[in-house]
Amino acid sequence: MSEENLDGAPHRAAGTTGDDLVVTGVSKRFGGVPALQNVSVTIEAGKVHAFIGENGAGKSTLGKIIAGVLAPDEGALTLGGRALHMTSPRDGLTHGIVTIAQELAIVPGLTVADNVFLGAEIATGGFVRRRELRRRFRELAHRTGFELRPETPAAYLSTADKQKVEIMRALSRRASIVVMDEPSAALSSHESKALHDIIRSLAASGTAVILISHFLSEVLSLSDTITTLRDGHLISTVDARGATQESLIVGMLGRSLSATFPEKQFPHDDAPVVLEVANLCAPKVDNCTFSLRRGEILGIAGLVGAGRSELARAIFRDAKVSAGSVRLGGDNLSGHNPHRSIHRGLVMIPESRKELGLMMGRSVRENVSLSRLDLVSRLSWVSRLRERRAVASLMERTTVKAASMSLPATMLSGGNQQKLLFARSMMKTPAVLIADEPTRGVDVGSKRAIYDLLVEMAREGMGIIVISSELEEVLGLAHRVLVMRHGRISAELAGQDISEEAVLEAAFTENSAS
Amino acid sequence: MTETLTDHPDVEDLGNAGLSMKSGLRRLFGSWRTAGILIPFLILFVVLSIASSPFLHTTNLINILDQQAAVLCIAAAGTLVLVAGGIDLSVGSTYALAGVVAGEVGQHHSVVWAILAGLLVGLVVGLLNGVIVTVFRISPLITTLAMSYIIYGLALKVTNGNLVLTGSIPGFQTFTNSTFLTVPSAVWMAIGVVIVLAVVLSRTTYGRYVVAAGGNAEAARLAGVRVNAIKIITFVISGGAAALGGIIDAGRLGSILSTSGGPSLSFLVLAGIVVGGTSIAGGEGSGWRTALGVLFIALIGNGFNLLGVDPNWQQIVLGLILLVAVGLDMWARRAKA
Repeated sequence: MSEENLDGAPHRAAGTTGDDLVVTGVSKRFGGVPALQNVSVTIEAGKVHAFIGENGAGKSTLGKIIAGVLAPDEGALTLGGRALHMTSPRDGLTHGIVTIAQELAIVPGLTVADNVFLGAEIATGGFVRRRELRRRFRELAHRTGFELRPETPAAYLSTADKQKVEIMRALSRRASIVVMDEPSAALSSHESKALHDIIRSLAASGTAVILISHFLSEVLSLSDTITTLRDGHLISTVDARGATQESLIVGMLGRSLSATFPEKQFPHDDAPVVLEVANLCAPKVDNCTFSLRRGEILGIAGLVGAGRSELARAIFRDAKVSAGSVRLGGDNLSGHNPHRSIHRGLVMIPESRKELGLMMGRSVRENVSLSRLDLVSRLSWVSRLRERRAVASLMERTTVKAASMSLPATMLSGGNQQKLLFARSMMKTPAVLIADEPTRGVDVGSKRAIYDLLVEMAREGMGIIVISSELEEVLGLAHRVLVMRHGRISAELAGQDISEEAVLEAAFTENSAS
Repeated sequence: MTETLTDHPDVEDLGNAGLSMKSGLRRLFGSWRTAGILIPFLILFVVLSIASSPFLHTTNLINILDQQAAVLCIAAAGTLVLVAGGIDLSVGSTYALAGVVAGEVGQHHSVVWAILAGLLVGLVVGLLNGVIVTVFRISPLITTLAMSYIIYGLALKVTNGNLVLTGSIPGFQTFTNSTFLTVPSAVWMAIGVVIVLAVVLSRTTYGRYVVAAGGNAEAARLAGVRVNAIKIITFVISGGAAALGGIIDAGRLGSILSTSGGPSLSFLVLAGIVVGGTSIAGGEGSGWRTALGVLFIALIGNGFNLLGVDPNWQQIVLGLILLVAVGLDMWARRAKA
């Protein structure tokens, strides 16, 4: 697409009510299963409109219909009074509707700038006008406040940075409606803040932002209007000023969650130490020392990139450890060998279930039993019967909902996929569990189930380390909190000292008191 | 729809992009992979039985199996390599090197030593392939391509380009050509290798690890699978099977050349595996289907011969079948994703 075409795309004057996107009586079925039933909403220009609901409530489906990714079975969309007939995301684009999806569409081999202008390169006679491209990129970077080098290959970017690229791409297309599906799921809290500023400035400039999110606090602080969906039905569309977390949860679940987090059950004062990490040094991990007791939930907070996952991997012996030791119940873990760690009783649930956790195309059964196949086999012969029994009881324990254990993992919802990893780690009760971002991209109901599971596991005597970018999760679960900054443990907080302010201070400031 | 979420297990998945439709498709595709090779195989078999009277003769059928014994062994092992996310293009050369080494050793030593020497050559080549791929992280395509040149050169050195006769080695022919229930031992060996490797892949812990390593190596490693060791072993098995294939044919045919096998054998093996529905992308595959794939290709060749069709067409038809097989695999993957 050339520059001229870009400018030729239909633009709307900001803030005129005539340009509202009206969705009327939309229904969508997938193979006979209704995903949306008779849903009507009005997306006003210049407003942030949130769609909330559990996974499977239909909010992403609605977002996809608005973006032209899916065509509705029934119902109609109008933009500024004119009917919209979209059959592809490209149709959406020509109407100025851009999606920033959960699964990021980044070409790893291209640079940041090339990705931003992908499909809309500024070219004359087939030659890309590099200088103009750079100038536009700088403009965008200035507007968003993102610090990305235009020539960095996208393959080297973190998830958060890739998301920034997507946002810049949407901005470069001068979108009039931006659909954001879980935009902050992979961002740390200060990156989320930057994203929130961008969303606000987009809305202020007349763009309608559709925000699909699991983070109710984010939804409440950003949105003007909130639409709640449940089981494909529209439950309510309300003004955000009148809504509270409680009222939203009631709408989403049809009942209220007694509390977001289960009650903390502190370990006994004389609980023995199960994990001792001393002066551990590894890539991005600098001289970390701490211990974990039986039945304790230790939270690790910090910004994305502070070295939390790297610390987890160093403890798990999946990273090259340059100095220091890891003792598991008096047993020294050495070498570079996750296999041995698991068999000694240290398991890790990695941060990204799709890339690092699951074999997405393989069955639930194979995914759950993978780590400890030895427990259901004799002389390397896998006993299908024993495997099925073990997996079935683990699925029940971790409340995995799947029609059958032969379904491939990709058919399960995010929450259930995450629970599969818990099931896997519990096949033989470990002494220590490290859960890295255990609830990323998981709906509210499954989140609570995972919290309950973690608390239950600790009560049974496991030592648990929870790493999370969601501060409230760390605060709500942990008995003790370590805050990391630049690969070091910058603070250790316990009891009354655990507070949002204390964690943020330690995460952001140099040499904070511990 | 009911009031609460937790009471009703189905609710959560409800809007999840049509779960029931997709799982239905998946079930079909799961069996389609098998049906995709089994049905064409049976159709071709029936058609050939009707179109050509000599086809259904025991002699003809046993002949086909005898000719395919080496390919079946190598392809069954190659399936493991492919499922683990690798590829082995050196099998054609390994086949030749093992054959000529066995032949040369047999000139001065007993047949047992000859066969062991040949097998050892294959295992060592496989081990080298595996170590280079995993420890030095060089792509398996390049590693085994380079290795195939090196091995070919070695085979030339060993033979000085001459034909190596095995017919004169006492016992060599007995190893491959003695019959049991009118079926030659070469075929029995192939059947044994296919059964063992197919069962290893589908029913043992090692097989599961192979699938996991090919499906998502990083996830498998973090789940405690020793991915590098698993992959190295697939290459060792592949090298060993290639050597066995070379020895079988050296015995069956009474002689072998350093130019036997080679790239055309490597590609034929790969074609058989892929036609059998094993994914070139790893993480999925079956030894049974590979055997059907290899025999399917062999039936086409046999049919063309019996029906007197211009043999040049055979290559064109094989190419088209390969494209269809890979296309179906991509389709199945996309429908699943």
